[in-house]
Amino acid sequence: MNHRHIISILLENEAGALSRVAGLFSARGYNIESLTVAPTDDATLSRMTLVTTGSDAIIEQITKQLNKLVEVVKLIDLTEGSHIERELMLVKVMAVGDAREEVKRLVDIFRGRIIDVTESIYTIELTGTGDKLDAFIDALRMTQVIEVVRSGVSGIARGERALKL
Amino acid sequence: MELTGAEIVVRCLQDEGIEYIFGYPGGAALHIYDALYQQDKVKHILVRHEQGAAHAADGYARATGRPGVVLVTSGPGVTNAVTGIATAFMDSIPLVVISGQVPLKLIGDDAFQEVDAIGITRPCVKHNFLVKDVRDLASTMKKAFYIAATGRPGPVVVDVPKDITAQKIEYFYPKSLKMRSYSPTRKGHPKQIRRAAELLLTAKRPMIYTGGGVITSAAEAELTELVRLLGYPCTNTLMGLGGYPADDPLFVGMLGMHGTYEANMAMHGCDVLLAVGARFDDRITGDLAKFCPYAKIVHVDIDPSSIGKNVRADVPIVGDARSVMRDLVKVIKEGDVAPDAGALEAWWRQINDWRGVDCLAFDRTSELIKPQFVVEKLYEITGGDAFVTSDVGQHQMWAAQFYKFTQPRRWINSGGLGTMGFGLPAAMGVQLAHPDATVACITGEASIIMCIQELSTCKQYDLPIKIVNLNNRYMGMVRQWQEFFYDRRYSHSYMDALPDFVALAESFGHVGMRIEKPADVEGALRESLGERNRLVFMDFITDQTENVYPMIAAGSGHNEMHLSPDAGEAPQERELA
Repeated sequence: MNHRHIISILLENEAGALSRVAGLFSARGYNIESLTVAPTDDATLSRMTLVTTGSDAIIEQITKQLNKLVEVVKLIDLTEGSHIERELMLVKVMAVGDAREEVKRLVDIFRGRIIDVTESIYTIELTGTGDKLDAFIDALRMTQVIEVVRSGVSGIARGERALKL
Repeated sequence: MELTGAEIVVRCLQDEGIEYIFGYPGGAALHIYDALYQQDKVKHILVRHEQGAAHAADGYARATGRPGVVLVTSGPGVTNAVTGIATAFMDSIPLVVISGQVPLKLIGDDAFQEVDAIGITRPCVKHNFLVKDVRDLASTMKKAFYIAATGRPGPVVVDVPKDITAQKIEYFYPKSLKMRSYSPTRKGHPKQIRRAAELLLTAKRPMIYTGGGVITSAAEAELTELVRLLGYPCTNTLMGLGGYPADDPLFVGMLGMHGTYEANMAMHGCDVLLAVGARFDDRITGDLAKFCPYAKIVHVDIDPSSIGKNVRADVPIVGDARSVMRDLVKVIKEGDVAPDAGALEAWWRQINDWRGVDCLAFDRTSELIKPQFVVEKLYEITGGDAFVTSDVGQHQMWAAQFYKFTQPRRWINSGGLGTMGFGLPAAMGVQLAHPDATVACITGEASIIMCIQELSTCKQYDLPIKIVNLNNRYMGMVRQWQEFFYDRRYSHSYMDALPDFVALAESFGHVGMRIEKPADVEGALRESLGERNRLVFMDFITDQTENVYPMIAAGSGHNEMHLSPDAGEAPQERELA
């Protein structure tokens, strides 16, 4: 049975660490749904959030193989406990005629923000789970979507549970 | 005192106690070569191709347990070494490979002899480093040796841009090292060890299966004690040969695709399996769905990712083989439970029935030289005391089957990657490490050609390797598969236009012999071993039709072996306890 897992990784903030993780996934045939990485408050560490799917055995191998990489300091599988996940999306849509009001309403309903406006175009910022972002794109059917940028998932555990040194 | 980067590289090698490095100079490595020239502690062995350097360092590492060191230049220097790096990676051999790189400011410009060495080697190293600041050079070298040699060992590449090797800085080599992101587990969990001991003592049909991890951790004494304490049968993987003395009655031979009948049948029939320092590789397990159908499995390995990768373990133990087996022996000795003597006796009766098949039998009346006979004679004449390297193919399997290794680090072969061309350069590293030992390279005419240039290196450094070329004028293992599975369509497996190996050896300044009759085998081997100071290339013209038996074909289980026509009938199976 394949399940979606969100793996959070602290790794040494060194050139090449990212390609090591990406290379591991391609070399061993694991799939990556999304991957985000940026430095943390500790400048020597980067934090990566990696979304993947696989059977329990595959996920166990993925975490073991990741732990084997010399630059990986620590990791947790967020989906093993309760957690929060967020993804940022920027969408550029045609906003003319009736769509201009309709899109604005939709943005309000989804608690998004219009962050740039021209005579014919809105640029919208929306944050939420992947499902919510998908639903928003679905709801935009009445107008033309020009481009979509998604950040990939970032995640954090709820409560006391934390990924830190 | 301030040293240049090049001098720092060499000083680091000295401070690590490195005796030999294997390499080939070129533009980006010239500063380092200049620093090498001005000292005499670290001896440089000039190979004839960088693949040879990596294999030679690898052979040195396998024969000594100490890291092998390679020095190559940028571009083709490092790409040529990749096969050797991957070979060491697959077999968990500690190597430190220093590669020259174009100057930092030229990286990315497609400069002359530039290649992304870090990118190219990334999938086949334990770790790699690009040194971007001379201040990091010494600590990076320290990390490289530390990572290469600890935990599950492996190759580490240090890529050093040429300008870094010219810059000067105060030299400081750290004595020890702690890395927050790397600290291998050594000790097994006590609770798991107790569970393992309990399970082992419930066994009615036990089996102990060990691999290269026993060799790496120098756990041969602990393994021998454990096996003898329990009285259980023991089998070794190709990489694990020598971990348990092959002449001991509790040893049932190698297991796997070309393992013995008794080892594979016992694997199939066992109810408790103890696996130590082995990774359930596909050449061991055959079809996973049919693997060890009755067994509860204890798996001991220092690499957590080896456990549960191919085969689920009932009792996983992460730890060093030596430490875990020592603890296991202690727990068993302290407890009051003994192995089930009755069940064990019945199990050994069954195993001895299987042994009665004599699965390694071959035709001893043939007028052609049987390759098995050559290996058997080499074993007899050397008293089992030689270091034996091999290439890859039929000869490798015959060497593993017929040379009975009683000590670790004597059997040196490319098990995981299966690299033809490994045997001769590896033998150079072994001979340098053990100058007075007999070092034999058992090879075939197809493999030996792949790194034949190293005959020149052997001449330069007077390495008296004994090359046992089992020449059947075929890529034997390819031919065997084509015979069995491709209806005898021998597609491109025939070695046409072979050289005259005797003349070839002589042209490099060595002794060449051609042996064509079984009656001449022993004499040739004795004569060759008598040549203490010279390399002898023995070209044995062998039976072209000989196959390696037993064989587990792809998709088969351990109880579905092809037996040799020369072996006995498979016995009636006893009722298992």
